[in-house]
Amino acid sequence: MKSIKNKRETYLQSVLKQGYSRRDFMKFATYMAAYMGLETSVVGQVARQLENTPRIPVIWEHYQECTCCSESFIRSDHPIVSDIILDKISLDYTLTLMAASGHQAEAAKHATMEKYHGEYILCVEGSVPLGDDGNYCCIAGRTAIDHLKEAAEGAAVIIAWGSCASNGCVQAAYPNPTEAVPIHKIIKNKPIVRVPGCPPIGEVMAGVIVHYVTFGTLPELDRLNRPKAFYAKRIHDSCYRRPYYDAGLFAESFDDENAKKGYCLYKVGCRGPMTYNSCGTIKWNNGVSFPIQSGHGCIGCSEDNFWDNGPFYERISSLNGFGIEASADQVGKATAAALGVGVTAHAIAANVAKRNELKNSIAEGTRNEKQVRED
Amino acid sequence: MASTKKDLTFKRVYVWELPVRIFHWANALCITVLAATGFVIANPPAIMSSTEASGQFWFGTVRYIHFATAYIFLGAMILRIYWAFVGNRYANWRSFLPLTQKALLNIRHVLQIDILLGVDKEHRLGNIAIGHNAVAGASYVVLFLLALVQVATGFGLYEPMSAFFVADLFSWVIPLFGSDFTVRFIHHAVTWLMILFVIIHVYLVFYHDWLEGRGEVSSMFSGYKFVLTDRIKPEDTLEGETPPAQEEEPWVEDEKTPAAEAH
Repeated sequence: MKSIKNKRETYLQSVLKQGYSRRDFMKFATYMAAYMGLETSVVGQVARQLENTPRIPVIWEHYQECTCCSESFIRSDHPIVSDIILDKISLDYTLTLMAASGHQAEAAKHATMEKYHGEYILCVEGSVPLGDDGNYCCIAGRTAIDHLKEAAEGAAVIIAWGSCASNGCVQAAYPNPTEAVPIHKIIKNKPIVRVPGCPPIGEVMAGVIVHYVTFGTLPELDRLNRPKAFYAKRIHDSCYRRPYYDAGLFAESFDDENAKKGYCLYKVGCRGPMTYNSCGTIKWNNGVSFPIQSGHGCIGCSEDNFWDNGPFYERISSLNGFGIEASADQVGKATAAALGVGVTAHAIAANVAKRNELKNSIAEGTRNEKQVRED
Repeated sequence: MASTKKDLTFKRVYVWELPVRIFHWANALCITVLAATGFVIANPPAIMSSTEASGQFWFGTVRYIHFATAYIFLGAMILRIYWAFVGNRYANWRSFLPLTQKALLNIRHVLQIDILLGVDKEHRLGNIAIGHNAVAGASYVVLFLLALVQVATGFGLYEPMSAFFVADLFSWVIPLFGSDFTVRFIHHAVTWLMILFVIIHVYLVFYHDWLEGRGEVSSMFSGYKFVLTDRIKPEDTLEGETPPAQEEEPWVEDEKTPAAEAH
């Protein structure tokens, strides 16, 4: 990286050229440090890194996805956030936003991959279909698996944007007709940061990229390779309705008095207690609100397999193979009742089948007792 | 009945040692409390109250009881594992696994006589196991595995809320299953399996008590069972004798108890 340090623009240079003031830049640095969960004393370090670090090229791939991750990203609330990434980190290739198209676009991508081999960040949005030789998702006449393997080969870091690339999301839900898989199932030899969510929060996405840009390392990751700064807590643990949960005050349905009072949505299927994300703290749309604040339970979009763990408005997911929408409780109750009947029948049958034995042992016992008394 | 009076001399034998009984009742209590609070946590009752959230904490208390009981459950489990190595031959881990020819024959006998309700051609008290029979032993192994699943999934779900090292030992559980959904579901479903176990267990204890007349139920309170004099072994403790201090030299005791003796 050092060799190219002076050849490429630094982040500060490009931001200034774009028309932002240095003050804006410092605000941005402070902002990002706060999101990454760093203390104020590190703000200077963030700013210095952004002043001196040359821009890192980014290749942003789109496979089986809906582009909600990109949408979320360009709406992250500080203007420099999207500018710095989209314009300034030299986003060399992204289907949705680049000006080039067709052969030109592919040529630009290949040029970046060659020139910055081993340096660029590969961002992947969307899952990769493996079914029918991967033909369910083709770009420029080649399959997504092909593109991914090629781009991953020279990447310094791979970031899996959103639930598609991290967990498979809706297209990997049962019966998964295209055999869609998250990218860590294909690329095994590179560090992959998983940033799940459908979509992930824009500030979280920016935080991950800026962390890499600033420190040259990946942010601290948990066991599922999610950045701890954003995915260490359940939404439940930072939810402003949590006191209602602990007090046992729950909305029973969406139109009752309790829902109106803003009670906990636990009983109407809120997935907050099972979902690791920052919605309760960073929130959405420039910190305006998040689903629970708007009166709807969390659907757990950043969790693995959340589509198949439905229905969204029930606490416990239904049990496949036990009839339509049977829950573990219904199966359990039915089995326990059947067992109760079975045990009663067995008890009656035992007394009938072993009546002679019982008669004998009762007689014997009476005899023995009599003898003991005589002794 | 082929038995004569001489065959039927019984003595009270110390079968279930105190740690075994403490474990049994602690376990029974824990499972009851954990299942009850667990179902409340899974589906809290609708309590309408005009009190503000700041003025009540009942759901938090139910969860607290669940978590505290979970620690006791885990502690009792560790005690029992220890005792499976230092306890008497009825408490030893070998008595739970059908490892010997005798145990396999016992399984067949229990299935024929107790489950399918056959009648022995010749009623011999020697056929009845002194401790738990081989099928019961195997069922406790199943219960133990279910309990392990409950401990792992339960503490796995609890771990993100706790900084205590015991809970942190289970931080691998949720990544292993991929999400809290799955772990929660397993935790809930296995509760039902444990309830099914309890139904069968309680029924069969009364069944044996009623048909065999050896004090099956009261033995888990007193520790003593009536055993045919011929079947008592030198290492067994009879009523009135002081139980040997086995925990002092468990390795010696281990050598003295070959696997074949497990009933």
